[in-house]
Amino acid sequence: MTKKKIGPSDIEAVARLARLGLSAEEKEKFGRQLNDVLLYMEKLDGLPLEGVEPLSHVLPLQNVMRDDTPRPGLEQKQALANAPEKRDGFFKVPPVIE
Amino acid sequence: MNYETVIGLEVHVQLKTETKIFCSCPAGSGGEPNTRVCPVCLGLPGTLPVLNRRAVELALRAGAALNCGLSGFSKFDRKNYFYPDLPKAYQISQYHRPLNGAGWLEIPTAAGKKRIGVTRAHLEEDAGKLVHFEDGWSGVDYNRTGVPLLEIVSDPDLRRPREAYEYLKELRSVMRYIEVSDCDMEKGSFRCDANISLRPAGSRELGVKVEIKNLNSFKAVERALEYEEIRQRGLLERREPVFQETRLFNADLQQTISMRSKEEAHDYRYFPDPDLVPVVFPPERTGEIRGQLPELPLARLTRFREEYGLPDYDAGVLTAERSLADYYEEAAVAGAGYKSLSNWVMGELLGKLNEAGLTIEESPIPAGRLAGLLKLIEEGTISGKIAKRVFAEMFESGEEPARIVERRGLLQISDRGELEGIVETVITGHPGPAADFRGGKEAAIGFLVGQVMKATKGQANPKLVNQLLRARLS
Repeated sequence: MTKKKIGPSDIEAVARLARLGLSAEEKEKFGRQLNDVLLYMEKLDGLPLEGVEPLSHVLPLQNVMRDDTPRPGLEQKQALANAPEKRDGFFKVPPVIE
Repeated sequence: MNYETVIGLEVHVQLKTETKIFCSCPAGSGGEPNTRVCPVCLGLPGTLPVLNRRAVELALRAGAALNCGLSGFSKFDRKNYFYPDLPKAYQISQYHRPLNGAGWLEIPTAAGKKRIGVTRAHLEEDAGKLVHFEDGWSGVDYNRTGVPLLEIVSDPDLRRPREAYEYLKELRSVMRYIEVSDCDMEKGSFRCDANISLRPAGSRELGVKVEIKNLNSFKAVERALEYEEIRQRGLLERREPVFQETRLFNADLQQTISMRSKEEAHDYRYFPDPDLVPVVFPPERTGEIRGQLPELPLARLTRFREEYGLPDYDAGVLTAERSLADYYEEAAVAGAGYKSLSNWVMGELLGKLNEAGLTIEESPIPAGRLAGLLKLIEEGTISGKIAKRVFAEMFESGEEPARIVERRGLLQISDRGELEGIVETVITGHPGPAADFRGGKEAAIGFLVGQVMKATKGQANPKLVNQLLRARLS
């Protein structure tokens, strides 16, 4: 029997945040998989990490910046080309109720 | 029971850059929808953001003015949520390592200066704009998406709605002084959300807070907080719970209204943005940036009070905008009397500019010329009354005051002989008031001076007229 890191309510919360509708089987399956991932990550707890700064980027780069010079982007027609729905130059979307 | 009000403000300031924060689209406002967009700000697959150097510079300058600690290491995080105005379904912001750490802003209050803590000031990108069509559908315009914002979070140090107002005023003034932002609330380049809670006086623990949104002016912030203060006190006194929620201010009703949002707390799942590398700078930069700051409004206010002997009110009005303070100082250096200059600038000049819809930079009367006009009054060349006429003409034509005076023959009459004659005529013509004054009615002299001024079309030297009348009537 493996250790339980997360329960069904956690899976539901994560699915809700990602706007995913999961069936009962999927909840069970993804729950198991996520649990495995978390258990695997737990191995890090065994390492001596005192004084180690959290890594923010894997590339040895910093201060990559550009000048503040405008350049033309897309025309409205191009910008809207892939929109499923549009109106008056806007992307048309269903009303959002918070 | 006595309650203490605790207020904290979150201000979003739009940085004055030419382009957006992570792409080269123009950052201006207005225009046709979706005409200042590109694959980066539209969040199309396969694109990468590249940080705008100017946005970082402006943000650091703002941090320096707010006395923020700079760690020298900063990075970007993704704030995840779904909303149509957010094409990537995350906003690039700074969560763990903001560019500017803790600092403070000093504000003037009725009880003197007060230091308000600043928790942090970090960079982030703006979202798009939603419009609502009549048939219930919505439209999204992504022109604003990716415009650089500096979010300035205050500590919960404000104790009164009025203090919140003063804080915003001071913050706006500072940001404009250092030319980091236009801070135009109407154009959305300065936005504010407010957090407010009440706690029993003397308690150290914070009460349940409410966040207020939809605040479109500094006055609205103050009004909304006043309303919320009363509402929350009522709840606490009736021993009813205060819910942690977001409320919208309705300016027509002058009330805050619950958004009835879902119970669950927002979970933005912040994590480092792998598309952007850290911003690192040596600690010396801090001193360098501080050294380049102009004198800030509150320091300038204090100096105006001390150096020019101006009352608090005058110093406050004159230093609220850097350009106005510059104008005042230029005229003062050119030799105008400090207090009378202050009166002329705040009264005549600002009044006329306002009427004409002009800014101080666009003033048809340069500072040196206004100083010239005031010198004419001080030297007794023209009277204060005539000066107003000359001022109006200068405002129209931009001409030198001395030339207007000469051309119109407006020189002040300070000739004793000439004025004595007119004084005589006025006294003969108004025996009633003359007798009143002789009988001890001091106020009657004002009427007689007025008559002489009228007879000379305002050109008589009023001081001399007063003297002559008194001599003649004693």
